[in-house]
Amino acid sequence: MDVLFTIGLDHYLVISAILFGLGLFAILTRKNAIVVLMGVELILNAANINLLAFSKYNGGMEGVMFSLFVIVLAAAEAAIALAIVINIYKTFNTVDVSSIDSLKE
Amino acid sequence: MYELPSGAEIQAIITTLKTSAVYYLPEIYLSALFLVLILSDLVFRQKKNQLLSIVSLFGLTGSLWFIWKQHSMTGQEIFFGMYVIDEFAIFFKYFFVVSAILTVLMSMTSDELNKRTSGVGEYYVLVVGMVIGMVMMASSTDLLMMLVSMELVSLAAYVLTGYLKRERRSTEASLKYLVYGAVSSGLMIYGFSILYGLTGETNISEISSVLLSRGYDPVTLMIASIMILAGIGYKVGAVPFHFWSPDVYEGAPIPVTALLSVASKAAGFALLIRFFYVAVPHGPDTGAFTPGSEWLLLLMILSVTSMIYGNVVALWQTNVKRLLAYSSIAHAGYILLGIIVMDELGTQATLFYLISYLMMNFGAFLVAVTIANKTGSENIEDYRGLGRRMPLAGAAMTVFLISLVGLPPTVGFIGKLMIFSALLAKGSVFVWLALVGVLTSVISLYYYMLIPLNMYLRESKQPLPDTIRSGMLPQLVTAGLMLLTLYFGIFFTPLSDFARYAVTLFGNQLY
Repeated sequence: MDVLFTIGLDHYLVISAILFGLGLFAILTRKNAIVVLMGVELILNAANINLLAFSKYNGGMEGVMFSLFVIVLAAAEAAIALAIVINIYKTFNTVDVSSIDSLKE
Repeated sequence: MYELPSGAEIQAIITTLKTSAVYYLPEIYLSALFLVLILSDLVFRQKKNQLLSIVSLFGLTGSLWFIWKQHSMTGQEIFFGMYVIDEFAIFFKYFFVVSAILTVLMSMTSDELNKRTSGVGEYYVLVVGMVIGMVMMASSTDLLMMLVSMELVSLAAYVLTGYLKRERRSTEASLKYLVYGAVSSGLMIYGFSILYGLTGETNISEISSVLLSRGYDPVTLMIASIMILAGIGYKVGAVPFHFWSPDVYEGAPIPVTALLSVASKAAGFALLIRFFYVAVPHGPDTGAFTPGSEWLLLLMILSVTSMIYGNVVALWQTNVKRLLAYSSIAHAGYILLGIIVMDELGTQATLFYLISYLMMNFGAFLVAVTIANKTGSENIEDYRGLGRRMPLAGAAMTVFLISLVGLPPTVGFIGKLMIFSALLAKGSVFVWLALVGVLTSVISLYYYMLIPLNMYLRESKQPLPDTIRSGMLPQLVTAGLMLLTLYFGIFFTPLSDFARYAVTLFGNQLY
């Protein structure tokens, strides 16, 4: 029972692994471009939890710095991603990844 | 928990930043060029395309001087170990700037860009932005710096790919590039976080020393390595991380395709070499696999599958850009062969091959631009009978394709020769790798030679004018690249000396 009530490094890592799995699941199964990008955000946040947890238990500041940068990068990526998705919607009238396949043999 | 730094410490930090800035001049200069381009895009209204391309052309050429000045500053570690200057990084800085110059020249001649879009203002800004990112990728020695510079390249590349935003294929290409890119960079960040957890460090040489002194769990390290390899493998376009490349190469404007297939790939290789040679431990004997060094085995699998897949699937392609996309997957495999050797000879061969790849691939894409401008098509069938009507383009294309196959007397032959001889010198399993490389090169002969065959020996179905004229600038650049491809195929010593000179990674005895 002790494991359940004292929060240790493992708890953070498990949460992060679950988030990572959910993100990967969303990327692999969903067809909607926006949902796929949400899956990517989940993976990035899983990495953030990892970094912060390791930073806390390793005692350095690098992980905190790293996660700050990851947040900023995620925001920049989201801005460009949404612009591209809007452009896709204007041209194809859909954001379904599987129906956007004019480039094929 | 964390104490605030004292005044003296802050002073020391500021001093370090000030001294580091001196070693950071090329990047500062390029960033200034980036801003100048944005401003001139806003200020000038007429004749903007011409002006911006000329400003970026001269600006990029100027940055070569700043990079040249760095030869006397090598062996410096700056910004608290985030960044290094060594001959290896300087080599790649030259490489990226030269390929950006070629891209700008190609963009100036491309009708696709200059006629079909409302303006090319941001285009050159983004190209310069991508160069800054790539230059930083080659020098970074910290996981954080690697990540930030790689994202800078990716973000600029997503927008450049979708630059022809009224065209379906360009838009679609940018979406595909974005989705694959975002996923693989997400995986890479997760891998970085695991690596940070294993070691508590973000500097790659410190990671290596902690891993060696403290020991590590091989499985965890392997998982982290695979995830990081997914991020880098996506940049270099090796199988199985290649899915984006045929579609993106086909959809993007041709100059952007050339930049992606040469410079962005080379940046990926620079990062791959620095990261895997320095950070991840490998046994003293590269033939025997010690726990944790299986990444060499991974690279072997990547390389062999890339060579086979790229060359075989290219056989069925009908679009020139798509064909070159598959050929670039195959070339990623050949370059990986040089990296796997992991000695001085192998790295030298890799760098040499990259230079030769720069010449021949840019040349092939340049001819594709010239022909697309005139015929409006990228289909191999539409190349029929063009050899007689566009003599220079036909001859140049033939030379570049012969070089891509790896036949003498071209620079591509010397590149392949160096890689294979490095493999043979190493012996054991590497001989088999060389054999796969030679056999797949033979396959590639068929699909490359299909283009000259159509150009010279088959007559077109539609009537074409007797001679098709193209502009002065593309002809000059094409002729220059063709002559260089032939010249360095015979007198290759300066290039190979240059490559050997660049085989020094900062502060690491690798071999």
